[in-house]
Amino acid sequence: MQAEADNRELKDKVEDARKKKATFGEDIDLDKYPEASKDIPKVDSLTDLSKDEQATLLNAGVIPSEEGRAGSFVFMDETVVHTSVKMPGVEVMPVSEALKKYDWLRDYYWKAVQPDADKYTARTFEEQADGYFIRALPGAKVKAPVQTCLMLKGKSVAQTVHNVIIVEEGAEMEVVTGCSTSKGVERALHMGISEFYIKKGAALTFTMIHNWSEQIGVRPRTVIQQAEDSTFINNYVALKPVRTIQTYPTARLDGKNAFARFNTVAIAHPNSELDLGSRVIMNAEGSRCDIISRTITTGGKVIARGQMIGAAPGIRGHLECRGLILGKGGVQIAIPELEARVADVEMTHEAAVGKIAQDQVEYLMSRGLSEEEAVGIIVRGFLEVGIRGLPEALKREIDLTIEKTSVKGL
Amino acid sequence: MTMLELLLMLEIENLSVEVGGRKILRDVNLSVMAGYTNVLFGPNGSGKSTLLMTIMGFSGYKVTEGRILLNGEDITNLPINERAARGIGIMMQRPPNLVGVRLRSMVQVTGKGKVDPEIAAKELDMEPFLERDVNVGFSGGEIKRSELLQLGAQNPCLYLLDEPESGVDLVSIEKVGAKVHDMLRAGSTCAGWKMQSGKAALVITHTGQILDFIEADRGYVMCKGTIACSGNPRDLLAEIRKMGYEECVRCKLKLTTVN
Repeated sequence: MQAEADNRELKDKVEDARKKKATFGEDIDLDKYPEASKDIPKVDSLTDLSKDEQATLLNAGVIPSEEGRAGSFVFMDETVVHTSVKMPGVEVMPVSEALKKYDWLRDYYWKAVQPDADKYTARTFEEQADGYFIRALPGAKVKAPVQTCLMLKGKSVAQTVHNVIIVEEGAEMEVVTGCSTSKGVERALHMGISEFYIKKGAALTFTMIHNWSEQIGVRPRTVIQQAEDSTFINNYVALKPVRTIQTYPTARLDGKNAFARFNTVAIAHPNSELDLGSRVIMNAEGSRCDIISRTITTGGKVIARGQMIGAAPGIRGHLECRGLILGKGGVQIAIPELEARVADVEMTHEAAVGKIAQDQVEYLMSRGLSEEEAVGIIVRGFLEVGIRGLPEALKREIDLTIEKTSVKGL
Repeated sequence: MTMLELLLMLEIENLSVEVGGRKILRDVNLSVMAGYTNVLFGPNGSGKSTLLMTIMGFSGYKVTEGRILLNGEDITNLPINERAARGIGIMMQRPPNLVGVRLRSMVQVTGKGKVDPEIAAKELDMEPFLERDVNVGFSGGEIKRSELLQLGAQNPCLYLLDEPESGVDLVSIEKVGAKVHDMLRAGSTCAGWKMQSGKAALVITHTGQILDFIEADRGYVMCKGTIACSGNPRDLLAEIRKMGYEECVRCKLKLTTVN
């Protein structure tokens, strides 16, 4: 009875949140975006997808052959079109299926992200969005990354996704997610709820590549809960044009000696607005974090936010935002925030925005490189710091994007 | 065209240069023949580095009068990379840090993919630095060796070396000196061949220490933004060591007054 009452209360709250604007980012009128399709044909193998679709996957770091992957999950509009597991120690399935299979999942589902946080979470809640459920079994060291792709296919639709990752005690896993727009889609909206749970002594490396297109709105809502001695490394890469992204993933370090690192690499093209934050709440003794952001504008607007909250003794954190302005009309805003609630903390930040250093360009030119090549190398180096540790194939893709960008940026 | 013109690699004619609105060089005349290593002496602040930076074409060095010729071609207004393409290479005193750019890729790019960074680095004991960001956290000697590594890959025909010995510890100076020597002699078998191979250099030295390692053909002394005197580099160095640069200044003043 109590549960039912709670449920009703939550539903009311969410209903009230339908029009609730988010704290940051342009307000998007959700009425303009009907629900995306839930009945796209499934495929047994990703290589059964069309050539265009396979190319879209590849551009977002998802390998159609699934070679060197522990498992895959592909979501188009609001349909799960493919799931697979290729290696032991990991489970990959639609979250809807996982909810049926595991009663205990209710203790995780909508427990990290609040359904009534804003209109985007409310819509996702009310649509009972599906998404991926990925779980590394206790003690499992998953040998290769699990790959997922969230693709927008329908025109002018809203895609809602709800993902849950659980890394059980002592397990280690890597997840690569590519978010993309299929060819021909112009205007659309993506809302993604992600709830990650990293248990005692476990580690998760999560790499997300955003490959949207000019008229896409993106509103991810991500919370990571970390237990004692856990590690979370987040790599976020957004190099392609997009209309608006507003995201503020938050890691809660609730166990002693947990560590979180956020690397952000992004380019704001003309007419793009990127509001990218990373927040780490260090609630337990000895927890640590690094927030590193490298952003470039070639005409768009970047707001690089970062917040560290130190609420326990012996915590350490460093926040570093650097922004580069290439070309005309771009705006870079860096907003680092440090909040200490106890005395025994060590938190630092540095932020710098500006143009590319002329002496560096000329140094490279004196070695025989053209100005364009020199700028390309410096830009690549600028971003390199944010993407160290990424798989080589992905870096190549990033290099390619940078190559095209820096030429346009001048 | 006379034989002499054919052999002239670098020619500086009546060059005056401003930096930030201030005249730093005035009426500089200097030349380097193909195959020659010329050294440029002078006290701190006399304008030696300004001359090298101007020859390379860096922004902020404004030529107000005169011109720079390379192999007979006027390069005074060419962009930096085109001067590099024509065979000028520079070792700067204080090169900028390149964060996120590994020395390895710098060597690859500079050598246009034809130089094996491992082999090139080994010679200079720089292998551990290949994965490091260029110049970031490098000591004085490491910067010199990194610059030489890049220059070696670039393989120019006119080397502009700005105090290759400064800030280098005693162990590194051997390496640096030997490398400079080898680069300038690159494959030459005799004096005649050296002329034809065309490798030339203009080397700034404040202390003259680098002369222990390289064979210099001609020396210039720069004082207060202009060439005070020129001659046999070893004789010049001996005088400077004995009398100090003050004497050069005084001597130059005397000459100017007489003229």
